[in-house]
Amino acid sequence: MTEEVKKPKKRRRLKVAHPERCIGCLSCMFACSRINAKTASLKDSAIKIQTQGGIEGDFRVIVCRGCQDAPCSRACPTGALEQKPDGSVVFHEELCTSCGKCEQACLIGAITLNKDGKPIKCKHCGACVAFCPHGVLELEEVS
Amino acid sequence: MLRKVLYIDLTSEESWVEERQDLFEEWLGGTGVGIKLLMEECPAGADPLSPQAPLIFCIGPLNGLFPAITKAVATFKSPLTGGLGESYAGGRLALAMRFAGHEAIVVRGKAERPCYISINGGDVKIKDATSIWGIDAPTTGIILREKEPGVGRRSIIRIGPAGERLVKYAAVIVDTYRHLGRLGIGAVFGSKNLKAMVISGTEHIDLPDAKRYREVYNKLYQTAVQTDVMEKYHDIGTTININVLNYLKGLPTRNFQSSSYPEAEKISGEVLADDYLFRRLSCAGCPIGCIHVAALKTAFSQHHEFEVRKVSYDHEPIYSLGSNLGVTSAEGALQLIDTCERLGLDAISSGVVLAWATEAYEKDLITPQETLGVPLQWNNVKSYVQTLENIVKAPNEFYSALAQGVEFASVRYGGRDYAMALGGNEVAGYHTGPASIVGQLVGVRHSHLDNAGYAIDQKAAKKQLDPEQMVEEIIKEDDFRGIFNCLVGCLFARGVYTEENILDALGAVGIVKTKEDLADLGRRIFEEKYRFKAREGFDLARVRVPRRFFETVSTLGMIEPQTVEDMLRMYREKRGWT
Repeated sequence: MTEEVKKPKKRRRLKVAHPERCIGCLSCMFACSRINAKTASLKDSAIKIQTQGGIEGDFRVIVCRGCQDAPCSRACPTGALEQKPDGSVVFHEELCTSCGKCEQACLIGAITLNKDGKPIKCKHCGACVAFCPHGVLELEEVS
Repeated sequence: MLRKVLYIDLTSEESWVEERQDLFEEWLGGTGVGIKLLMEECPAGADPLSPQAPLIFCIGPLNGLFPAITKAVATFKSPLTGGLGESYAGGRLALAMRFAGHEAIVVRGKAERPCYISINGGDVKIKDATSIWGIDAPTTGIILREKEPGVGRRSIIRIGPAGERLVKYAAVIVDTYRHLGRLGIGAVFGSKNLKAMVISGTEHIDLPDAKRYREVYNKLYQTAVQTDVMEKYHDIGTTININVLNYLKGLPTRNFQSSSYPEAEKISGEVLADDYLFRRLSCAGCPIGCIHVAALKTAFSQHHEFEVRKVSYDHEPIYSLGSNLGVTSAEGALQLIDTCERLGLDAISSGVVLAWATEAYEKDLITPQETLGVPLQWNNVKSYVQTLENIVKAPNEFYSALAQGVEFASVRYGGRDYAMALGGNEVAGYHTGPASIVGQLVGVRHSHLDNAGYAIDQKAAKKQLDPEQMVEEIIKEDDFRGIFNCLVGCLFARGVYTEENILDALGAVGIVKTKEDLADLGRRIFEEKYRFKAREGFDLARVRVPRRFFETVSTLGMIEPQTVEDMLRMYREKRGWT
C-alpha cells in the first residue's frame, strides 16, 4: 500500500476585486455576522462597507488583506493572533487579553473589537463572497 | 427581541423608552403599530401642524433580518388631506432604527427653536439647529454627517425649506435619494421646528435558531437575486413604465389631457439608462440595487466648465415632472427632480400642482400678475424651477395657494375638472382605467401604492375582468399590503414574500403565526385606519373625481363615470359599509 501524498492546501484569501461595483446593500456584512457570529448585526461583521460622504460618494470595502508578515499578529503580546506557516492568522480566544493592540496595528482598519474588546477577525471563509450580488469580492488562492 | 417604543417630547425636551410588548404582539409592527400609536397619540380633530399632532416612525420584526425588508413607515395626520398620513422610505432608516434598538419612535410637541434629534442607541439628544434652518436638504445632510457618529450605519432624515415653510406636500429626504415623500410629512417636521433626525446604534439581534434563520434567509435571497421576480427593478428600473404606459395609452401627459406622449421616448427609462445613468445603489439589506442615479451635466460657461448633479429618478417623478408637464428632454425632467430634492418637495404633488397651474394659466384663470411674470407653459423648465422656488417662498396669495395643494388652489382659482387629486392627494402616474381611480379613492392614504389599482387595470387589459372582479382585487390587495407593510418590506419585493415565505421568515425569528392570523391582521389594520379617517371627517360617499379622468382615453378605453360609481358602491357593499 502506497502512502497517500497530501498536496499542501493552499491558503485562501479574500480579495476586493471590484470595489467600484459595490451598490451598498451590505449583504456581505449580514452574511459575515449571520454565519460567523450567528447574529444579525453590522458590528459583528469582519467585513465593513463604509460610505464616504454618504451614499452619494463611493463605497469603501474594508476587510483583512491577509498580510504575509501580519502586523496584527506581531502586535499581539500574548500570541492570541498566531500566524501559521502558510501565512494565515488564527485567533486563539483563550489567550486574548483584550488589549486592543491588533486593532491599532492594522492601518486599513480591518480589525474592530467586539463588546468584550476581542478582535473581530476575518477568517477568509468566503461567506461574504457568496452573498455579494455584484461580484465585488473574490476568494483567491495564495501561492 | 425587545419591543421598545422611544418617546421624544420636543416641548419638554424629554425622552424615554417604554416596552410595549402588547402593542407589537397584537399589531406585529410597521403600519399596524403605526396606526395604533396614531390613534393613541393624536387627539380627534387636531390641527396636523400643531404640537398636538404626533410624528410616528415604525419598523417591523423582519427589518434588518431579511433581504429587501428595508423600509420604515412614518404615520401622522396629513396636513394635505386632513386624513391619514402615511409615508414609506428605504435607504438606511429601518436598519438604523433596528440597531438603535427602537422599533417605534414617537415625536410629540414642538421645539422652542429649530432643532434636530440625535439618536445614538439609547442616547437621545435634542440639539440646536438654528444655524442650519433655511439650508437645502442635501447640504443639511452633508453638515450633519460631519457632526454626528455612526458613519456607514446611520440614517439622516431631514427637511428642506419647503418643510420649514409648511408647504403641505413637503417631503422628508432620507439619506439622499430616498424620501418620506407623500402627504406632507415635511410640513409636520417644520411645524415642530424639527429640521432633522440622525439615527444610529450598535445593537444586534440574537437569533433563536441561527440555523433555521440561515436556511430561510438563503431561500429568500436566492429568490430575490436568481429569479426574475425583481428583474424589472434591477435593470432599467421603474422608469421602464414610461414607454410601456405610453404604448398602452396610460401615461398621463400635459395634466392628463392625453394618455400617450409622442416625446415619451426622450424621457424613457431606456434613454435615461443608456445616456444618464451612472450608478445604481441599494437600500441597506437589499441585493437588488434599484436606486438609479443619473449624472446631470450642465455647462455654465463656454469654456468647458460644468455643474454635475447626481439625481435619482423613478417612474413617478419622470411622469409628474416629465410627461405631465410636456417636458421633452431627460435633462429637463432631471433638473426639476433635482429642484424638488433641494427644496424638499414631494415630486408627485409638485408636478401635479404645476400641471394644473399651467392649464389654468393657459385658460386665463391665472394672470401673469399673479404668477409675478413667470410664464407657466408646458416644457418651460426654467419657469417651472422658478415656480417651485416661489411655492416655497410664497411671495403672494397665488403661490401660497399652490403651496396648499391642487385641491385648495382649484377651489380658489377654478379648474376643478382638471385638478388631479383623489381624496385630496395629487394622483400618481397612471391613467390605466377605473381600478386606478377607484383604488386611489378608497385607499387608506389615497396613494397608488395602497392597492395598486393601476396593476389591476393592466391585468384587466390582458384578461377580461369585470368591475366586480376588479373591486375584489382591490380589496384583496388593500388587506395584503396591510400585512406586508407591518414587516415593513419593499413593495418591489412583494413577489418574493408570498404568504408562505412571510410565515417562514416570521417563524425563523420566533414569531409563530398562521395564515388566518395574517388575514385577520390585514383586515383589522384596514379597519383601524378607516376608523381614523372617519374620525377625521372622511366620507367615501362624498369623494370627488375630476372630470378629466372621463375625458381622456385610458388603457381600458374611455372610462364612464357610472363605472367608477358602480365600483365604489360595490366596494362599500363588500366592505359591509352599506
